[in-house]
Amino acid sequence: MEELNSLFHGFAVLLTPMNFLLMLVGITLGVLVGVLPGLGGANGVAILLPLTFTMSPTAAIIMLSCLYWGALFGGAITSVLFNIPGEPWSVATTFDGYPMAQKGEAGAALTAAFTSSFVGAFLAVVMITFLAPLVASFALEFGAPEFFSVYLLTFCSFVGMGKGSPMKILGSMALGFALACVGLDTVTGQLRLTFGLEEFMRGFDFLIAVIGLFGIGEILLSMEEGLAFSGKNAKINPAVVFQTWKRLPQFWVTSLRSACVGIWMGITPGGATPASFMSYGLAKKMGKNGNNFGNGEIEGVIAPETAAHAAGTSALLPMLALGIPGSPTAAVLLGGLLIWGLQPGPLLFTEQHDFVWGLIASMYLGNLVGLLVVLTTVPLFASILRIPFSIIAPVIIVICGIGAYTVGNAMFDTWLMLIFGIVGYLFKKLDYPLAPLVLALVLGRNAEDSFRQAMLSSQGDVMIMFSNHLVGTITTLALIMLFWPLISKIIAKIRPPKEDEFAAHREAE
Amino acid sequence: MDQNLESGDGVRTGVATYIVDAVVAAILLALGLTVMITSWRLGAGWTPTGPGSGYFPFGMGTLMALSGAVTLFQALFGKNKNMEVFADKEQIVRVLQVFIPAVIYVGGIEIIGVYVASAIFVALFMIFLGKYSAIKAIIIAVAVNAVFFLMFEVWFQVPLYKGLVDPLAFLGY
Repeated sequence: MEELNSLFHGFAVLLTPMNFLLMLVGITLGVLVGVLPGLGGANGVAILLPLTFTMSPTAAIIMLSCLYWGALFGGAITSVLFNIPGEPWSVATTFDGYPMAQKGEAGAALTAAFTSSFVGAFLAVVMITFLAPLVASFALEFGAPEFFSVYLLTFCSFVGMGKGSPMKILGSMALGFALACVGLDTVTGQLRLTFGLEEFMRGFDFLIAVIGLFGIGEILLSMEEGLAFSGKNAKINPAVVFQTWKRLPQFWVTSLRSACVGIWMGITPGGATPASFMSYGLAKKMGKNGNNFGNGEIEGVIAPETAAHAAGTSALLPMLALGIPGSPTAAVLLGGLLIWGLQPGPLLFTEQHDFVWGLIASMYLGNLVGLLVVLTTVPLFASILRIPFSIIAPVIIVICGIGAYTVGNAMFDTWLMLIFGIVGYLFKKLDYPLAPLVLALVLGRNAEDSFRQAMLSSQGDVMIMFSNHLVGTITTLALIMLFWPLISKIIAKIRPPKEDEFAAHREAE
Repeated sequence: MDQNLESGDGVRTGVATYIVDAVVAAILLALGLTVMITSWRLGAGWTPTGPGSGYFPFGMGTLMALSGAVTLFQALFGKNKNMEVFADKEQIVRVLQVFIPAVIYVGGIEIIGVYVASAIFVALFMIFLGKYSAIKAIIIAVAVNAVFFLMFEVWFQVPLYKGLVDPLAFLGY
């Protein structure tokens, strides 16, 4: 099969000593970043992005994507040992991971988490290997209306599938779009929303927003609880690892189901965080030991980790094939591609064959190496967290500050980062989701451009969004997503809820 | 991650969440209206060449204002007012203990450049908030920033901001 040929070619590209070294560096940095608060996956990638300008795009994205995998693994470490999710998608892991650590089963919890992450990501990469060229070829039929309908679907999914107040999701999203509009309008050449300020002419760079919202915001939030970090000890020795590996296969249904949830959520842009929660919820209802969740069930660690890692990996598929990122971190990677002059989309597969398949090959290898690295170095990373927060916190702030500066060589951006930090702190506390804001900031211009192009070609007729089967289907799906909360309420009123039967059953057992 | 921290006597006092919610919503509403007005002036209607420059921002401004207005209403007049304390005095003090030095730090970068400002920032943070001895703090701060200097200036060749007064000019970078 052609894909396998391309894949082996990709491995050939990857296995140069330099690229391999970058992979190791990326994974190590990634785990470190995943473990430290404030330097989340999206943030870590954002900060390192400007530093990769001197590397070749292939080398750079290998390192950055391995950073991403590392962060996916690393988030689990603090969740299990410290009950502090290192990443938003590790929150669900704390539900059963920390109780396991409290029972003295930290090693088992960590092994389960890492192995599940590996399985989830592996399945997702296999999916990408075979699906990506397919999607790319069919993406060639995408015109402006089709692209806009996919953007519409992305953002409507956030509103429909998101937890919490839809109004707040909408507000966060609209804010992101409005920020994206600041600066030079590419179509008319006019300056928009700059209020006469010179600094606003460049517009708002999503990297600054990411560093401020996720970096500084996270630090401010962590500071509320004071400077004390105390965690459980973790001893991972080979005996524990093998014992846990023996236990895992009995939960293969949960793993498979979680991987599917993850893959789906990653592709239809939802991201790793909703995927982990959804998968935890499903496993709780349908899993073997569902009613014991929350007390340290290993299944409660397997479900969210598989899903989160699968989602995180498959978020790269729409990013590569269509140019539409499925998660904030994928969005940052997309930004990087654009900066390096690579246009994601169907042409990427034909014109930049080496690059794409090198990346896909690095996903396989990066995952495997990542699993091994992380199993062997857990005590090391856990001990890094014993470095008192009063040393780590200022260093993280310095790193964020430097990161913000290197984006555009402008001190204004560093000040902006502080403002975004406050916004991040407030938004997180008030349950305004940050992901739509970031995605809107990254995709805003593209979405607007496709909208304008579509409107131009239809002379202002909005019905172009239903003009052919493809665009009509996607647009309808988008509208269903948007009004899903309303629709599901109506359905619930018409059909009496079935869950009561299950609850009665469970109690009777 | 919502942990209810309790101060000495077990009762948290501070601003209620619904008030902060309302304030933020009001700001969002105000920003939305501003965006709407500026975009309208730019031309939010239809031109012969398709949607005007202000069309999209106007729509976004409208959504922002709508979201802000509804949230504001729900926060102030809704049925389940979130009466939980947003942040009690201890928490606010801790957050400000980081944020205000961070602001001063960025100001410092403007004047004396990244490396020197960072060293001072880390050292002072360790001394005042971490209660470390001055010597230990200074050694660690200088060591970390020396590493950064090597990383950025020498290895990555990414020059960072040296400030208006460049104290490290003697190093030749």
